[in-house]
Amino acid sequence: MINRIQQLFAQKPQGLLSVYFTAGFPNLEDTVPIILELEKNGVDLIEIGMPFSDPLADGPTIQQSSEVAIRNGMTIPTLFAQLQDIRQHTQIPLVLMGYLNPVMQYGVERFLQKASELGIDGLILPDLPLSDYVREYKEVFERYKLSNIFLITPQTPEQRIREIDTHTNGFIYMVSSASVTGSTTGQSVVNTTYFERVKEMGLRNPGVIGFGIHNQETFEQACHHASGAIIGSAFIKAIAKEESLSENISTFIQSIRHKETA
Amino acid sequence: MNYSVDDNGFYGRFGGAYVPEMLYANVEELRQNYLTIMAEPDFQEEMQSLLRDYVGRPTPLYFAKRLSEKYNTNIYLKREDLNHTGAHKINNTIGQILLAKRLGKTRIIAETGAGQHGVATATVCALMNLECIVYMGEVDIERQAPNVARMKMLGATVVPATSGSRTLKDATNEAIRDWINNPGNTYYIIGSVVGPHPYPDMVARFQAVISEEIKAQLLEKTGSEDPDYIVACVGGGSNAAGAFYHYLDTPEVKLVAVEAAGLGIDSGESAATSVLGKEGIIHGSRTLLMQTEDGQVTEPYSISAGLDYPGVGPLHAHLHQSGRAIFESITDEEALQAVLELTRLEGIIPALETAHALAVISRLGAKPDEVVVLNLSGRGDKDLATYLDRFNFDDK
Ligand SMILES: Cc1ncc(COP(=O)(O)O)c(C=O)c1O
Repeated sequence: MINRIQQLFAQKPQGLLSVYFTAGFPNLEDTVPIILELEKNGVDLIEIGMPFSDPLADGPTIQQSSEVAIRNGMTIPTLFAQLQDIRQHTQIPLVLMGYLNPVMQYGVERFLQKASELGIDGLILPDLPLSDYVREYKEVFERYKLSNIFLITPQTPEQRIREIDTHTNGFIYMVSSASVTGSTTGQSVVNTTYFERVKEMGLRNPGVIGFGIHNQETFEQACHHASGAIIGSAFIKAIAKEESLSENISTFIQSIRHKETA
Repeated sequence: MNYSVDDNGFYGRFGGAYVPEMLYANVEELRQNYLTIMAEPDFQEEMQSLLRDYVGRPTPLYFAKRLSEKYNTNIYLKREDLNHTGAHKINNTIGQILLAKRLGKTRIIAETGAGQHGVATATVCALMNLECIVYMGEVDIERQAPNVARMKMLGATVVPATSGSRTLKDATNEAIRDWINNPGNTYYIIGSVVGPHPYPDMVARFQAVISEEIKAQLLEKTGSEDPDYIVACVGGGSNAAGAFYHYLDTPEVKLVAVEAAGLGIDSGESAATSVLGKEGIIHGSRTLLMQTEDGQVTEPYSISAGLDYPGVGPLHAHLHQSGRAIFESITDEEALQAVLELTRLEGIIPALETAHALAVISRLGAKPDEVVVLNLSGRGDKDLATYLDRFNFDDK
């Protein structure tokens, strides 16, 4: 199975920038403009967040963007309608990220089929247990050429990381520290021992570090230990600002990567 | 039919542990240890002695003569309101705090709706000299002020939950986020039979003392362990789980679970999950859940903070789906009438949650020779402000 995620990591194994945003925030119709602007600014991979009323693993920024998005009317059918022609405009790898309940109500299999038709490359469903995935859904994901991305944390035991590595085929989402999303206080993202421990395991899948990455410094630190990094809350804060969406996006991405784009 | 949890943490199709990886290690540590620790003789000894000398167990099983006369049947009240701190919640917090200590945890967190679980947690933390943080919805902080004061008096930090409906669901979200942020030293004492496996099973086991005592007491009073009905209110479902536990495999005993209808089932302001919910995932468990067509959790409503929750524990979802329990729902108004009725007939002021169970008695159709056991889950001190406001005694 080769999808755009696997191609990306094969071509560019270092310094990847992945950006998460909540679909429907700040405005309902911003989804496609955000994707196209991110691509224009040299972002490598995009995670489209499907808002949920009770996002357990998220801090205040994503809680609020989710609340606004739901109030704006964002739903899975609406998102799919917005993405109808997306592959006519961009080939950037796209991942859908969200909690299991809305996907369950839509119907997991129906959801995967639709996502695949639209040209989505992968999914992150943080509360879908590994055991359920292996038992019920792995075969369906593979049939639709969708990568299922799993999270690991500094507390995840080695044996479980290896098990995850055998069941996934895109990348492994390395949560930087014990925390909900958007935390920039507490211990720094340079959790070197954990990152190096994972690196030395020689996994099949590349690792990408997320949670708490919010500026050039933390981005570069993360890239030093893994194939790339994911920015979520800091990006959402940036596009909540008053200027135009395209201005906010280019200012923010340049602030993260100004050396590389020069 | 089997009503106990299976090896994977399921009751039929409900239950499991739908948690993000950030919680996996915490939940797994508990799953691997809870049954072993609970079976240790010194754990049992310490728990039994605290339940007896500190909580005041066994609680009486009281024959409510005037209430029985009114409904022309035989009603026994299981007096969980007489426990230390005034509700059944402390049965569970005693058990979990002893578990937390044996796991070497130093920081305790909890969610609370009515504040009874928060008070019961703050109490055992004072007793064991452990730090205590309680998350409580802003709306509930307002309507259950006496319990907020008690928690503070006991040394707990009460943190308001300001998102969503600002009630029990949101307090639970905040407690879970705290646990994600503080793995290692922190233990989360969940207050009902909800959450990821092993919580529903563990909390049910700690509350099972209620039905264990009912059996012995009823045998002594009536010559039979088995009543015809057991009635209990259901928020998450812990007092009901405890009252039903040892009767689950005795189909002759009818189990009646009572939910809060709020302003009415069809009013849009309700918390009657068994009627309004469908299968979904909340707080790490697959269960019945009030939600929109798109899978967003609906904000529930009930006058009773302890029943104001959009889900039920997975055991109850299973009891509902299998038909083992009968589910009823009671409006705010009916519950308030039941408060006054019990107060004036028996001299017992019940909690608003418990009043929902009481209000169902008139619908049971229990016969003059039948026996009804009603789990009187808590006392009404915390609800006095609501009662004074609603009943206008000064005008009468
Ligand atoms: C007195 C009383 N009864 C019942 C409940 C509802 O909880 P559960 O359904 O877990 O028994 C509460 C919760 O706060 C309570 O305080």
